[in-house]
Amino acid sequence: MGGSTVLPVIIFLPLVGAAAIALIAPSRATVLKPVAVATSAATGALTLWLMGAFDKNDGDFQFIQLTEWIGSAGISWHVGVDGISLFLVVLTGLLFPIAIVACDPPHDAKAYYIWMLVLETGCLGVFLALDLVLFFLFFEVVLIPMYFLIGKWGHENRKYAATKFFLFTMLGSALMLVGMLTLALLTARETGGAVTFNLIELANSAGELPTITARWIFLSFVLAFAVKVPLFPVHTWLPDAHTEAPTAGSVILAGVLLKLGTYGLVRFGLYLFPEASQYFAPLLFTLGVIGILYGAVVATMQRDLKRLVAYSSVAHLGFIVLGIFSINTEGIEGGLLQMVNHGLSTGALFLLVGFIYERRHTRQISEMIGLQKAAPVLAAVFTVVMLSSVGLPGLNGFVGEFLILTGAFVAHRWWAVVAAAGVILAALYLLWAYQRVFHGTPDDANRSMPDLNWQEKLVMVPLVGLIVFLGVYPKPVIERMEPAVNALIEHMEEVEGIESPTVGDRPEGSFEELRKLKADYGDEGEGH
Amino acid sequence: MSTLVDLVWLIPAFPLAGVLILMALGRRLGEPRAGWLAIAMMGGSFVATLLVFIGLIGHEGDERETVVTLFEWVPAGKLAVDIGLLADPLSITMALFVTGVGALIHLYSIGYMHDDEGFSKFFIYLNLFAFSMLMLVLGDNLLLTFLGWEGVGACSYLLISFWFTDEANASAGKKAFVTNRVGDWGFLVAMFLAFLTFGSLQYGEIFFEVESHGVAAGTASAIVVLLLVGAAGKSAQFPLHIWLPDAMAGPTPVSALIHAATMVTAGVYLLTRMSPVIAEAHGWVPDLIMWVGLGTALMAATIAVAQNDIKKVLAYSTVSQLGFMFVAVGSGAYVAAIFHMVTHAFFKALLFLGAGSVIHGMDGDQDIRRYGGLVRLLPITSMTFVAGWLAIAGVPPFSGFWSKDEILAYAYGENKVLWLLLLATAILTAFYMTRLVLMTFFGPPRWVEAETQVEAEAGEEAVDTAESAVETGPPHRHPHESPWTMTVPLVLLAGLAMVAGVINLPFASDVHFLGNWLKPSLFGNDGHLPFGGGTQWVLALVAIVGSLGGVSAGAAVYIRRRIDPARIEHPFLARAWRIDETVTDFMGGPGRRAFERTTQFDEQVVDGAVNGTGTLIRRAGAWLRVSQSGLVRSYALGIALGAVALLAWFISRAGF
Repeated sequence: MGGSTVLPVIIFLPLVGAAAIALIAPSRATVLKPVAVATSAATGALTLWLMGAFDKNDGDFQFIQLTEWIGSAGISWHVGVDGISLFLVVLTGLLFPIAIVACDPPHDAKAYYIWMLVLETGCLGVFLALDLVLFFLFFEVVLIPMYFLIGKWGHENRKYAATKFFLFTMLGSALMLVGMLTLALLTARETGGAVTFNLIELANSAGELPTITARWIFLSFVLAFAVKVPLFPVHTWLPDAHTEAPTAGSVILAGVLLKLGTYGLVRFGLYLFPEASQYFAPLLFTLGVIGILYGAVVATMQRDLKRLVAYSSVAHLGFIVLGIFSINTEGIEGGLLQMVNHGLSTGALFLLVGFIYERRHTRQISEMIGLQKAAPVLAAVFTVVMLSSVGLPGLNGFVGEFLILTGAFVAHRWWAVVAAAGVILAALYLLWAYQRVFHGTPDDANRSMPDLNWQEKLVMVPLVGLIVFLGVYPKPVIERMEPAVNALIEHMEEVEGIESPTVGDRPEGSFEELRKLKADYGDEGEGH
Repeated sequence: MSTLVDLVWLIPAFPLAGVLILMALGRRLGEPRAGWLAIAMMGGSFVATLLVFIGLIGHEGDERETVVTLFEWVPAGKLAVDIGLLADPLSITMALFVTGVGALIHLYSIGYMHDDEGFSKFFIYLNLFAFSMLMLVLGDNLLLTFLGWEGVGACSYLLISFWFTDEANASAGKKAFVTNRVGDWGFLVAMFLAFLTFGSLQYGEIFFEVESHGVAAGTASAIVVLLLVGAAGKSAQFPLHIWLPDAMAGPTPVSALIHAATMVTAGVYLLTRMSPVIAEAHGWVPDLIMWVGLGTALMAATIAVAQNDIKKVLAYSTVSQLGFMFVAVGSGAYVAAIFHMVTHAFFKALLFLGAGSVIHGMDGDQDIRRYGGLVRLLPITSMTFVAGWLAIAGVPPFSGFWSKDEILAYAYGENKVLWLLLLATAILTAFYMTRLVLMTFFGPPRWVEAETQVEAEAGEEAVDTAESAVETGPPHRHPHESPWTMTVPLVLLAGLAMVAGVINLPFASDVHFLGNWLKPSLFGNDGHLPFGGGTQWVLALVAIVGSLGGVSAGAAVYIRRRIDPARIEHPFLARAWRIDETVTDFMGGPGRRAFERTTQFDEQVVDGAVNGTGTLIRRAGAWLRVSQSGLVRSYALGIALGAVALLAWFISRAGF
């Protein structure tokens, strides 16, 4: 037993809130939302505190709490945070209160808020767990509330979407469970020690497994995470789930849940299987690039605005996978940064689409026209978020995308050249959608659509603020990630002798020295 | 003195402050105060640029670069990019005309955008554009230039589709952004390659690396060709030029500022900035730049001959003039490129603003076939427009003559065929501009006929509204001169278009002011004419004869009617060589079908496989109906139980 207690508090605070809501009498339904908001906001505040207290020069796990749990099986309560998980925790802490404030459930409010808060505990647990079994538990816990949120509060086709979501993810994670068990047992056999599910210990003995075995286990992990990301061709649950989910569900699904997959690829893929990651990098690179282009192409042709945004996630997550499997500092940092960026901009897009749906009761692009005339503030916010999603420099999306592509180019140049074409398609599908929905002369059905109310404006303020801030000054985020990313790459290099593809050092030059150089040459005549 | 240069951060800070203030207070300030605030910010920026300019002059020629680093932007791994501003002769030259012409166009916009409901929003966009453009030219590294590069693209998108209720405007805005993105792809990949090669994106460091360690010609060629793709997108060079004519859907001040004077020259700026890398590339790379420029210049000039929309004529003329600048860059005449960029900024902004004044006076009509005889009704507009016409036609001593002549001279030194074709383009330029001026300002007023028709149709209604019609026009058409906010910029720009040639006179090396001034920014990569003054005189004479020939040919056709204009304005030219149509047809046809097929593939094959598997399992499992309640909860339970069993098995195995 030992260590800091802040992480367990962060993880379980939402659960406590959920329990409190369960105890509220039906007659006092008006306090349900305030309790849910207060709980999630307090959790968010704690994650912000965590960010402040985080030592930015330390690449190791911080705020570790390690307690034996099921000792005989080597399972422990082991949580900790590093630069890789920190901002996903903060993102989760931020998006939940926003989603809860922004959207009211049409019915069964009590159950709704309980599931939302349980979901938050699950998400935070996934990002903070440092024990494989603990991670798996939280990973599965996430499924249940999400299943109910889609199935109960979703749109017309919600049952189908919820079932599809559940079965897809369950299938992937069942394989991962087998992989985890095999990993722990075989590692114990190779090292001759006791069985352990401790992530750090397993990672330190990652070189012990036979190469082929490690590759197979890696694949079992990758399949689970690939479904979650989602990567082509196991992505088809996503458009259904995103589209049918209630707005808050879509926000969390896109903003947080997809990151469970990409986070898993970094934390369990790269960290536990350095050699296999390197070996399969071309495969994942290819799937990432396919996702970028394919997701964008399919997004372009969608008739349902929400589905279009959902497919855009396939493209964006393709970028993130590309960054991760560049296996160099620029690429991985870009990927991590883009996880946060995508959470902000796609979360905001789903909120805006939800606001439109509440007003127009349709998601069909063809039924909307000229909304900018009716709702200029909504349109302005949409424009900013759209430009962020398109990757306009000065807004958050660009920094992540650029780092990813830079890292990818250093690692596998031609893939990056093709992937960069994704920026053209991103502009195409979003701007075309914007044109059809917001431009033009509004007809009778659209003319009188009300603009954002103060509550809706309020929830957009932090999102838009962060979209701009992270585009102009991403340094506070990047510098907290960098030690952990460097530690990860060093770990990979040490354990398996992986060579991270990188570039030479920054040249020590300037205009002044250039002049001196020129002047020297000048004495001897032209050129050099 | 040196402290003055450190004020360089003020140059973009002013318009940025304008954006922020107007976003907060724009609606409350209202018309015209929001506009005046935006102008004040541009004025402040211009003054700041002047101060930096004075500061730079105070430095020794070799020390005319100052980098002011504000903060670290993207420090990740080996990549370290700062928000740093580079004040050097090239960037400050650009900043001077961007802020100067920009301020005048802001002023003009107060008149032009009078009574528009998006008045304050318009000035937010204009200031945001100015900020982005200044970041583009002042950025001390490729990534910051790219920030400005895409920023101006976004502002261009917002401003082209400013009157968004019209579908055509909305489409044009989208088309501009997406087409530019194709170019930006090239710029992006060029940056990756530059980073991989040099380990930095900062200009100073890249040039230092090039000089100290050298760079493989193949790599340098690849970087330059990729940058050329970006430059072709932004500067509307073939085949990425198709967005610019459509961009005329935006308000006319936007066309003048963004799509003529400043943004579209960014490609020329970028290539000029990267001259040390171009110098290391294979020989065919500059040739490629040159021939792309020539092809675009010639093609656009032939198209301009057959356009009837006053703004379309000017748009194709801009494409053509940008082609001249590319020819200059390709032949190593960087100074000539920048020189022409400056003079073009003056006369083309003038022409666009003049066109806007005409359109304003003609109540929005843009068809020159319904103009004519406006010289008496719009005297200031006409006279200033004539100045712009003579400048672009290359008639001495107007500014365009000097800059175009310099490009022609370098082209002659490079390749005689190139020179001949470029000269033909110059003659065509004189011809189509003469056509435009004659059809707009001279000859019989053709709008009178249109008016009588309208009057007949309008009948009594016209009488009722006659009082207001005196003010606003329809159904009566009363072409009128524009207010002073619009004519003052015209007069000032006309003055500049007349005399701007003096900044770079060819007579002696000490009056070659711009050339001497830009020297430190070009690192000795500026070309030299391979012939003496005598040849230069002859070439200039030929150019003058050509210009006057073009003008007289225009007069012969459009005043004397020696040839039927219909024979010149061939439909193939009027339809812009069908390039745009072909692209549109492809995108709307095979392109769209490919997208649709992919989507069908996703729905039917990928997702079909998923649903098919589900159906298969359901059928195969029909006999297990008892356990198959159809509730996901029970499936979940099954899976969970299975997992627990597996777990138990593993634990028991681990135990021994």
